[in-house]
Amino acid sequence: MGKQVVQLDRVIIRFAGDSGDGMQLTGDQFTSRTASFGNDLSTLPDFPAEIRAPAGTLPGVSAFQLHFANHDIMTPGDAPNVLVAMNPAALKANLKDVPRGADIIVNTDEFTSRNLTKVGYDASPVEDGSLDSYKVHPIPLTSLTVEALKGFAITKKEAERAKNMFALGLLSWLYHRPTEGTVDFLRQKFAKKPEILAANIAAFEAGWSYGETTEDFSVQYEVKPAAMLPGRYRNIHGNLALSYGLVAASTRAELPLFLGTYPITPATDILHELSKHKKLGVMTYQAEDEIAGIGSAIGASYGGMLAVTTTSGPGVALKSEAIGLAVSLELPLVIVDVQRGGPSTGLPTKTEQADLLQAMFGRNGEAPVPIVAPRSPADCFDAAIEAARIATTYRTPVFLLSDGYLANGSEPWRIPDVDSLPDLRVEFASEHNHTNADGTTAFWPFKRDPETLARPWAVPGTKGLEHRIGGIEKADGIGNISYDPENHDRMVRLRAAKVEGIKVDDLEVDDPSGEATVLVLGWGSTYGPIGAAARIVRSEGIQVAQAHLRHLNPFPANTAEVLRRYDKVVIPEMNLGQLSMLIRARFLVDAIGYNQVRGLPFKADELAGVIKDVVASV
Amino acid sequence: MSETVNLGFPSLRLVPKADEKQSAKDFKTDQEVRWCPGCGDYAILAGVQAFMPELGVAKENIVWVSGIGCSSRFPYYMNTFGMHSIHGRAPAIASGLAVTRPDLSVWVVTGDGDALSIGGNHLIHALRRNVNLKILLFNNRIYGLTKGQYSPTSEQGKVTKSTPMGSLDFPFNPVSLAIGAEASFVARTIDSDRKHLIETLRAAAAHEGTALIEIYQNCDIFNDGAWEPLKDAEHRDSMTLRLEHGKPITLIDGSRGVVRGADGGLEVVDVESVGIENILVHDASREDPTIAFGLSRLSDPTTLANTPIGIFRDVPRTTYDSAFQTQLAAAKAGPGGGDLQSLLEGNDTWDIA
Repeated sequence: MGKQVVQLDRVIIRFAGDSGDGMQLTGDQFTSRTASFGNDLSTLPDFPAEIRAPAGTLPGVSAFQLHFANHDIMTPGDAPNVLVAMNPAALKANLKDVPRGADIIVNTDEFTSRNLTKVGYDASPVEDGSLDSYKVHPIPLTSLTVEALKGFAITKKEAERAKNMFALGLLSWLYHRPTEGTVDFLRQKFAKKPEILAANIAAFEAGWSYGETTEDFSVQYEVKPAAMLPGRYRNIHGNLALSYGLVAASTRAELPLFLGTYPITPATDILHELSKHKKLGVMTYQAEDEIAGIGSAIGASYGGMLAVTTTSGPGVALKSEAIGLAVSLELPLVIVDVQRGGPSTGLPTKTEQADLLQAMFGRNGEAPVPIVAPRSPADCFDAAIEAARIATTYRTPVFLLSDGYLANGSEPWRIPDVDSLPDLRVEFASEHNHTNADGTTAFWPFKRDPETLARPWAVPGTKGLEHRIGGIEKADGIGNISYDPENHDRMVRLRAAKVEGIKVDDLEVDDPSGEATVLVLGWGSTYGPIGAAARIVRSEGIQVAQAHLRHLNPFPANTAEVLRRYDKVVIPEMNLGQLSMLIRARFLVDAIGYNQVRGLPFKADELAGVIKDVVASV
Repeated sequence: MSETVNLGFPSLRLVPKADEKQSAKDFKTDQEVRWCPGCGDYAILAGVQAFMPELGVAKENIVWVSGIGCSSRFPYYMNTFGMHSIHGRAPAIASGLAVTRPDLSVWVVTGDGDALSIGGNHLIHALRRNVNLKILLFNNRIYGLTKGQYSPTSEQGKVTKSTPMGSLDFPFNPVSLAIGAEASFVARTIDSDRKHLIETLRAAAAHEGTALIEIYQNCDIFNDGAWEPLKDAEHRDSMTLRLEHGKPITLIDGSRGVVRGADGGLEVVDVESVGIENILVHDASREDPTIAFGLSRLSDPTTLANTPIGIFRDVPRTTYDSAFQTQLAAAKAGPGGGDLQSLLEGNDTWDIA
């Protein structure tokens, strides 16, 4: 029987439940179907650091938000149109974000007096009228699932666990999502457990049928595919895109990829992913600690590999001395910092951008390190290639500053043709590069390329190039230990000049009218929210310019010129003003910071308000 | 790259051989050696330079990696590739190099502070992994480069600049530690005994996997004479237990030897009282580490009586780097994959025209 179909241009859904309810998996599946349907999308998983916090409690709530649309979008969305709350804790933790009038689907089976008391509800909010301004759909998801799975040779507990598939089936019906992909996914996941597989498929189909037959849902929604550039697409998470970027860089550099690392949230998925690709020559080494992770990578780099270490903020702190060594040795190395909330252990599963100054300055001595930051999940691919380009061309460690939001968020990605990626091939030193006064020749490990100031990459095994390098200051050119004051001053300035002279693309400004007086400057994962905010502002007839920094060290050559074009510069950051500090110090621009560290990305509406206030003040 | 041959050092079978015969001189650099006059490091450096030609491998395929400390200046004086890195981290750096470059002969030089204090974690993990590294641990029981503080091997109660009333720390026994860390090769030698030093280097070079050589080394400035009872002609033979594979374990003078005690432990007894046939015969290749560990416990950390010198343990075990390369090779030979473009595309794509 057909129901009325309402066309929407965009929808934001949030799935929320207990850590063990399978909300991330449910969200991922809905996302995959939405991606292959051709909508543009953006996702935001939000989960606790504990693997299984006590059931039914607020700290145990795990959520997944998906924004999909028939046009290109930039963020996972501010406020959900639909909240799926699998228990009272999920409702309580998420209700504040849900605008009045939105749909709320609750699993009434979990709204027992015990579960309600656990989170401080005296009476069920589904029944006491407190949700009257929302469209509430009370559905006994658990018992409907158990009922649908009668006759399957599984336990009651196993049947109950399939309730997330019932919910997925219902939402898939409600939003006209294709179903084949989910069924294929279940077939793979439960290939070895045929009964569980059959039960999950049955639960998914029961959820779909429930939507079709229940009178609770009178309409079905449709969001048409978005118009996107021609090409082949897939949905991709930031950590996956970053991993692929590293593999691609290795292929294009014709250097084997070596990852030396230690597991740390939210960077660990990169290790998991790269460890699958031995076939492509990728080597992964799970070291005994963060320091050994980077130590092994420095050893591999010395041996001629494209070496990478991956970590998050606390790991960067541990690696600092070794990063200084790589600066001093002038060896290529990519240091991936997937930033999370800090200081100390901080908020391991939440996002933040507060490691910028640590990346910039967190070492003893004058130890400049280039910094590259991706701006969206898919952009992690290109940013990783760019970091590898700088590392190998200039023989330097490079920071790649991702964050938890980019790492776990996803979006459609137009898959590039491998042959179109930058050529990163490098030449190892193979012969003497210096002629002595007496006419004999020698190899000087610190004789620099006059254009890039890079020193030769001379790998062990190269006859005639035997030499020693170390963390002690080296004599300019010849590379022997030197304590000479003038030499040290020269070497410090040479290393600084090398990094300052790295060629990076100019900063591009998005100013459609060309009449903006206010520039919003950002870096990293704030790109989406700032872009969405700029759209909101412009849709109201107010002009604003947006620019986003991929390179934080060195800054693009035209940065000063761009900044001076505008009366005011606003810098929103998920920290207390780290880019603002750099911009103020470097360019003497009175940048206005807008800062928050809530562990979550900015909301576009909120930023739009900030921008409008600044524009009004000009 | 030169031809690769087996020169009698199984651990070096993937390392190219030298084109021509080398001499100790070929391994000397033009850098002035800057240890204090009389330092035991000179004797070790000379011993290593004398031994290196015996390896027969191309010197450009030899790498010396060190941490921080007096001993860690060693790479600057070896005319091979070398890296003087940061405090305690040499085993980690050398592991990354050795794992990715099986064609290199990788050596680590470290000291008792570098290896056992700040770098203790890397040392034990290198040993358990069994990466093909040769680690020379110069033990002088003192911090030299920072001018004389007690080290993790200093005897308890040691009066130093940082412990005017005597140190409180109980010392590590590096050999015990290494055996406890699953080391496949552990030996001890002395800086002043060149012949024994070279014999030990030879055995370590032949061993496939991590080899730890503790070298008793004299710091004549801050801890002079620390090992003197094991060196001077008067005491040496009655203090030192010689470990020689297949031979009874006795003091050099033969007066006392090692037997299994009634409680299962090891004891040092008069040889005459039990008869030489009842003295424990040394077997470095014994898989079970119990006796090797027991031997490491016989020495008195203060008087140095009954100090074993020689190879405690030398057992075959798959090396991490060979297993690592085997997995890579198996993956490369396996079906499917190996194409970057198809990796990027994955299994779930859609096309927009």
